[in-house]
Amino acid sequence: MNVLHFVNAFFSDSAHWHGYDGIPTRLIQHIRYCLIALVLAAAIGLPVGLVTGHYGRGGNALAFIATAGRALPSFGLLVLMTIMVGFGLVPVMVPLVVLAVPPILVTSYESVRSVDPSPVDAARGMGMQESRILFQVELPVALPLILSGLRSGAIQIVSTATIAAYVGIGGLGRYVIDGLYQRDYEKVVGGATLVAALALATLAVFWAVARCTVSPGVRRSG
Amino acid sequence: MSGFFDLPSDLQHSWLGLIGLHLREALLPVLAGLLVSLPIAQLCVRFRWLYAPVLGLTTVLYAIPSLAFFVVLIDYTGQTELTVMIPLAVYSLVVLVPAIVDGVRSVPQETLAAATAMGFGPVRRYVQVQLPIAVPAIIAGLRVATVSSISLVSVGMLIGNQGALGNLLNDANIYHRPELAVNSVVTTAALAILADAALVLVRRLLTPWMPHGTRRRAPAEAADAAEAGPEPAVPALEDTVR
Repeated sequence: MNVLHFVNAFFSDSAHWHGYDGIPTRLIQHIRYCLIALVLAAAIGLPVGLVTGHYGRGGNALAFIATAGRALPSFGLLVLMTIMVGFGLVPVMVPLVVLAVPPILVTSYESVRSVDPSPVDAARGMGMQESRILFQVELPVALPLILSGLRSGAIQIVSTATIAAYVGIGGLGRYVIDGLYQRDYEKVVGGATLVAALALATLAVFWAVARCTVSPGVRRSG
Repeated sequence: MSGFFDLPSDLQHSWLGLIGLHLREALLPVLAGLLVSLPIAQLCVRFRWLYAPVLGLTTVLYAIPSLAFFVVLIDYTGQTELTVMIPLAVYSLVVLVPAIVDGVRSVPQETLAAATAMGFGPVRRYVQVQLPIAVPAIIAGLRVATVSSISLVSVGMLIGNQGALGNLLNDANIYHRPELAVNSVVTTAALAILADAALVLVRRLLTPWMPHGTRRRAPAEAADAAEAGPEPAVPALEDTVR
């Protein structure tokens, strides 16, 4: 009940709702960081994963990259980059992208590679070009898995962007970090609630996107 | 890089001590997660309708950012190691439950029938037939859970220096000693890779019946790397099992 009390106090304080340190500003900052990082990670991971998956080659190299990316501690990288490069957006973006590329890369590779070969052969027999096979046959079938890869990348970005407040960036993590230093537990819990809500909203968005884009046939058989 | 291992005294640990602390904070949650997910997975195999809601619940719990999870737990468990370990255990469920369920389900029907025909009861069949066959899938899940757990412990630094090797990051900042941050990142990454390799070794020992090394176009080293990728490993391993 204690936590709920703090949450209630945080959200009912009107000072938290406007201005530089207001909830709307921080929320928009947070979403902006996450979107930039996700777009960058997808721009790196998706093309590589789709093409290697289509040709079924390079899986070993991809698996190696994925393990390496996962083994790198994102928080440590965040602090290290900031010490090396200085404060700013770039040292924050690097760990976020490094964090999100492995799940996107591996799931897109694996999902395209494991598409049932018979429709792919049929498409090839009909004379479709390789690029059309990839985008019109393999991609629609692989889409649910690809989206799940993007989703886990996005969730990790949302979570790590929170921690990035430690290296002096905006976003919802500010409340948690500042609150911890100011011994203001109300602020800490309020920020944590907002971040958790944002993460759940991310899940919901991906669920909705999957509902809208995955073809009904694929959904039924999946 | 002078003073690479010359740690500030406020950490109250040597470098090796921090490594031990880090491993404890990272591995105990995974172990707890494994112990919890085994019965949950068995229930999901037994009652199929349970699987979807369990999967949904673990996904939702996994989505909660670690920092948010930590600070809410502070109210109950204080700024202690336990506060770091509880979320890590919860996170490991999202990987382990599907891994075990898929592994147990991948046991062929004939094998189960053969076990039953040999007079195995349900418990013995589970322990001596289903679990051993599911080992490759379970280990693949354990590897993902372990590596991400080792990486996440560092975040515990933010809630009052409970992050083992992650505490070096704070000291690097306040004492202006970047080499400490390098030390933290390199050591944590090395720990993760070593733990991963150790799990591969455990799988080799537990599954002597599986063909060693994938005899594909890849040279031996790359083949090891392929096994290092948890997601691709699962379907490939299931194929070999069948």
